[in-house]
Amino acid sequence: MRNVAVHLAVGAPATVRLDRAGRTARLVLAGDWLVGEAARMDEALRALDTAAVNELVIDASKIGRLDSAGAWLILRTRHLLESKNVRVADVLLPQNFRPLYQRLESEALAPAAGFHRRRSFADFLERTGRGTMHIFHQTYELVGFLGRITVETWEAILSPGHELPWPAFIQQIEETGLTALPIVGMLAFLLGIVLAYQGADQLKRFNAEIYTIDFLGVGFLRELGGLVTAIIVAGRSGSAFTAHIGTMRVNEETDAMETIGLNIAEILVLPRVLALIVSLFFLTFYADVVGIIGGMVMTYFDLGITFPAFMRELEGAITLRTLLVGLIKAPVFAFVIALVGCFEGLRVERNAGSVGRLTTRSVVESIFLIIALDAAFSVLFSVLGV
Amino acid sequence: MSAEGARDQEPVIQIRQLVNAFGDSIVHDHLDLDVYRGEVLGVVGGSGAGKSVLLRSIIGLNRPVAGSIKVFGQETAKDDSEDLHGLQLRWGVLFQEGALFSSQTVAQNIQVPMRRWTPMREELMDQLAAMKLALVGLPADSGAKLPSEISGGMKKRAGLARALALDPELLFLDEPTSGLDPISAAQFDDLVRSLKQSLGLTVFLVTHDLDTLRATCDRIAVLVNRKVKLGTIDTLSRDPDPWIHEYFCGPRGRAALTEHA
Repeated sequence: MRNVAVHLAVGAPATVRLDRAGRTARLVLAGDWLVGEAARMDEALRALDTAAVNELVIDASKIGRLDSAGAWLILRTRHLLESKNVRVADVLLPQNFRPLYQRLESEALAPAAGFHRRRSFADFLERTGRGTMHIFHQTYELVGFLGRITVETWEAILSPGHELPWPAFIQQIEETGLTALPIVGMLAFLLGIVLAYQGADQLKRFNAEIYTIDFLGVGFLRELGGLVTAIIVAGRSGSAFTAHIGTMRVNEETDAMETIGLNIAEILVLPRVLALIVSLFFLTFYADVVGIIGGMVMTYFDLGITFPAFMRELEGAITLRTLLVGLIKAPVFAFVIALVGCFEGLRVERNAGSVGRLTTRSVVESIFLIIALDAAFSVLFSVLGV
Repeated sequence: MSAEGARDQEPVIQIRQLVNAFGDSIVHDHLDLDVYRGEVLGVVGGSGAGKSVLLRSIIGLNRPVAGSIKVFGQETAKDDSEDLHGLQLRWGVLFQEGALFSSQTVAQNIQVPMRRWTPMREELMDQLAAMKLALVGLPADSGAKLPSEISGGMKKRAGLARALALDPELLFLDEPTSGLDPISAAQFDDLVRSLKQSLGLTVFLVTHDLDTLRATCDRIAVLVNRKVKLGTIDTLSRDPDPWIHEYFCGPRGRAALTEHA
């Protein structure tokens, strides 16, 4: 912080002097009584010793400048003295400052209290409780939303004369799929390199570095490719869904749609859900391929395995089923991401802060659900013996 | 203070040959404007006429293409302008929606400038915040509330209290009555007028509201055709410019002006 005194400089410093004459006294104020001097004058007025004085005149007639902070200090001093049973006979002020003083005098000044919010342990407990209940409530509402969307989607599909919003669908495919190619490809490639490097490092100790390829193929195709792609898409498209629909809520666009008789589920939610299911499926496949290529490059430089040798080993390690087990999860993840994104977007209230809060929540929730579902799939597949 | 009497003084704000442009569209074309000490200058103009851009240029939030803007004699619009801290203590700005910091209570909002610039004790700052609340006509208990818990009109008053925290000499108000009901708007006009009298403020007021213009402003600057036209309601209503004529003599303008004539 800069030197405060330089910036709030005053022409003539404010002064306080108490002239006693027996039981009466004169409180002489002079100089510039401005906000820059308020802290100093606050101390000076507090330190005032008015013992044995029972009548006093506040003489501020020599004051050069006065602002509301200064005027308020004079007024406070007067109230303080009166509360100590000192009669304040008069407050002398230059003519031009009287309106300001009188204005403050006329305001009923309530005590300043409770201006600062402090967080206590009880508050913490209360928030924890609220948060826990909120989770249950949230789950309940999300399931309700799933039901509503399903019903309205079927109605939209089955009712005659209704055409699915294809332009919106195509646009969403582009936004969620095509434009995600660079980031998904980059990350998958890097992840392939990391996996191959770590795998090779460990397996070298058993002279089994050729199995790096098996490890890479199975690990990436079954689990990591799909998981990482879903997490990126949740952060990228899930948040975009919430932010976009949320902004529409703030602008009352969704309300306008409803009054015109448009079906929000059909126009806003359905194209996004369908588009993301398609996009994420292909993005996952793409990530699988690029990730394997990343691993292939790494094993070539680290272990000296040529590309044809890599492909031969990979062919022995994985089957079509390995790939499909990974890919089958993508539509489920996509459905969850799109549903949560739209759900939170439609819950946005009519203020801008709510958009940010719910966007964050949408991403956290969908990533949590993706990982939880992935774990559930693992259990399911092992029970089924896939 | 009459407009004529003010002319002799050094202007508080002096704008010379100001040019603002965004891409190809020119907002201000070599615009000149003076604001004198102790006056309330109302700035009007159609949507997109550059009222807010003008205000933002003066307070240093928007760098103009060319021209000079001096506030209290200090340049605010040049790349090499020294830091504006000295000026920031002498002016207060009320943004359109109040621009209160959402994570802090109303009283804490008012104390932000005090905390930044003065060594005052907490207790004194609380007392001053309560005084400012009373000054702008807010109930004392609103100080403990968060901005999200108060109405739009109260937010504007709270924003005004924050703008007044360090007792500035110059006050910028950006559409202070937009979005308020007519009664609140009229109360806000009264507030501005009485604060100007008791605190000796100079006010730069951007507005659409004819009632506000009539109730509070000493002079009016109309932004039209990328230039500014100065006058009072009387002189401007005789102006030949079609937009100005329509503004002051259209149905709404006439209603606002004749009602109180």
